[in-house]
Amino acid sequence: MKARVHVMLKNGVLDPQGEAVRHALGTLGFDGVEGVRQGKVIELDLAETDAARAEATVKDMCEKLLANTVIESYSVEIA
Amino acid sequence: MRAAVIQFPGSNCDRDMVVALNAVAGNEKTQLVWHKETSLPEGLDLVAIPGGFSFGDYLRCGAIAARSPIARALVQFAERGGYVLGVCNGFQVLTETGLLPGALMRNANLKYICKPVPLVVQTTDSDFTRAYEAGQTVTVPIAHHDGNYNADAGTLARLNGDDRVAFRYGDNPNGSAEDIAGVLSANRRVLGMMPHPERASEPAHGGTDGAALFKSLAGAMALA
Repeated sequence: MKARVHVMLKNGVLDPQGEAVRHALGTLGFDGVEGVRQGKVIELDLAETDAARAEATVKDMCEKLLANTVIESYSVEIA
Repeated sequence: MRAAVIQFPGSNCDRDMVVALNAVAGNEKTQLVWHKETSLPEGLDLVAIPGGFSFGDYLRCGAIAARSPIARALVQFAERGGYVLGVCNGFQVLTETGLLPGALMRNANLKYICKPVPLVVQTTDSDFTRAYEAGQTVTVPIAHHDGNYNADAGTLARLNGDDRVAFRYGDNPNGSAEDIAGVLSANRRVLGMMPHPERASEPAHGGTDGAALFKSLAGAMALA
């Protein structure tokens, strides 16, 4: 089965890249963009067939490597 | 003092660090240790993690290096009271292992910055900084894209309260919280810093303000 992990900077952590994107959008004439947060998506192909076990394993992966929980939060989708 | 420098794919300050440890700190023979090793040489006093772009900065700076085989041995070495110096990418690796608190994020102005910067020595209560004077301003080069130190308010309060901020920027170049350029572990034997003392340790470098760090270490080891 497939898992999709979203990693984002935590709320309250300033995102300099998101800010730069917001400024660039303003330059292009897209008014009214009040905030941009940039994150990443990580897709995994898993041999596991049990969704609950897959989710638990991927969360463990997030804690140990995929996210730095000092500054980042993550969410896991199993499909 | 017996010292070793860990090499990751993408490390590029490993040899500079060896030269500084040999020529300035007075080691006879600093060893290089490849990241795939699962143990460190016996009898080491200090392990240095050099600057560079380990594993191409993939995922996050220092993230892959911090999970490499040698990293487990490094953490055990530090937990036994060994001295660890992480410079630039080495600092990023140390935060990723959890040996030092906080994280290094993209510079606030999004630019790679390579220039000498003023640093203010915050504490001389460590075997890395004893040869400096508290409050002294020194000039040491930085060369990084991700040096923006970030930690939550509780962590910053603890670092300040325990006198664990080793260096602050005189003129914050990268957006670091509270101008922090280098921090110490709770036992004061692990130092991570973004500026490169090994690039300011001999007159030919254009400055020697980093030499005192290596001399501090040499002095501490001589007494031990």
